[in-house]
Amino acid sequence: MHDILIEEKILSENDAIAHENRHAFAERGVFVINMVSSPGAGKTTLIERMTPILLDTLGRFAVIEGDLEGDLDAVRIARAGVPVKQITTGKACHLDAHNIAHALPWALEQDAGLLIIENVGNMVCPAEYDLGEDMKVTVLSAAEGDDKPLKYPAIFDASSALIINKIDLAPHTDFDIERARANALAINPSLQIFETSCRTGEGIEQWCAFLASKTLALRGSVSTSR
Amino acid sequence: MHEMGIAKSLLEIIKREMKKSKVKRLKKVRVKIGELTAVEPEALRFCFEASIKDTDLDGARLEIEDVPLTGKCHDCRTRFRFHHFVSLCPVCGGKKIEKLTGTELDLVSIEAV
Repeated sequence: MHDILIEEKILSENDAIAHENRHAFAERGVFVINMVSSPGAGKTTLIERMTPILLDTLGRFAVIEGDLEGDLDAVRIARAGVPVKQITTGKACHLDAHNIAHALPWALEQDAGLLIIENVGNMVCPAEYDLGEDMKVTVLSAAEGDDKPLKYPAIFDASSALIINKIDLAPHTDFDIERARANALAINPSLQIFETSCRTGEGIEQWCAFLASKTLALRGSVSTSR
Repeated sequence: MHEMGIAKSLLEIIKREMKKSKVKRLKKVRVKIGELTAVEPEALRFCFEASIKDTDLDGARLEIEDVPLTGKCHDCRTRFRFHHFVSLCPVCGGKKIEKLTGTELDLVSIEAV
């Protein structure tokens, strides 16, 4: 009988590829966000609303769309005038670093300082899979429960920013924005929180300004180091 | 449900290590699953057993150690177990917490002949 000590992360292969992705993006000065939410929280609509503002401030950005099936979301983003790559995962409930490695040459060709990865709608599995992003951004909509951070702690812990979306609906539901903020901050006190409505446009500019400042800061650091 | 993907990654490492150590029959697999991971231990066990059924690895036992989420307060240095995942020192109320355990998703060791 052999007792063989291994002591290895089960997702070590994914993590190694994510590390390579991160390195490749950083070298080219591409700031990468991984957007995660439940299905229907409004990720795609949010990207559509962000598009005119980001095109104005950054000139260019690119999107990777992760879905189980079809290219409906990618068609919407392309219509808004943004280069977009669709990844269909088939039955997998999340994107992994492999998926992104395959799309990486395309992403770098776009010569964009910002890459938005829209993950498959799912709040559980994407928490475990590093894609090589600079930050995970969780979107929580006011059509959901304000207790969601307490039910899905892993994704809120892993995220750097939280967008509370569909805030125009909050007065019509039991969703309490302050309670949602408090619950999210209890899990992760360093979360940056934004409130948006794609209907009224409220808060989209503030969120885009944050994203643009991160993107430009990275671009600045890459160009000065060259 | 991503436990099937986790089971697959787990088995890939196991097969690689078995080949390296020139062992044929897998008896036991020890893994650690942290409280903060999005992995359900019993779902992983189900997927592991389904994946090895009728293969060379059939019959191997998966031993899961659940690791609680613990942290250390940056301000008063207290070590504590998180209560409902809330990042808050129970002694001084500090919010700057360094996680000590609870994020593991590790293959620890295998037993094989």
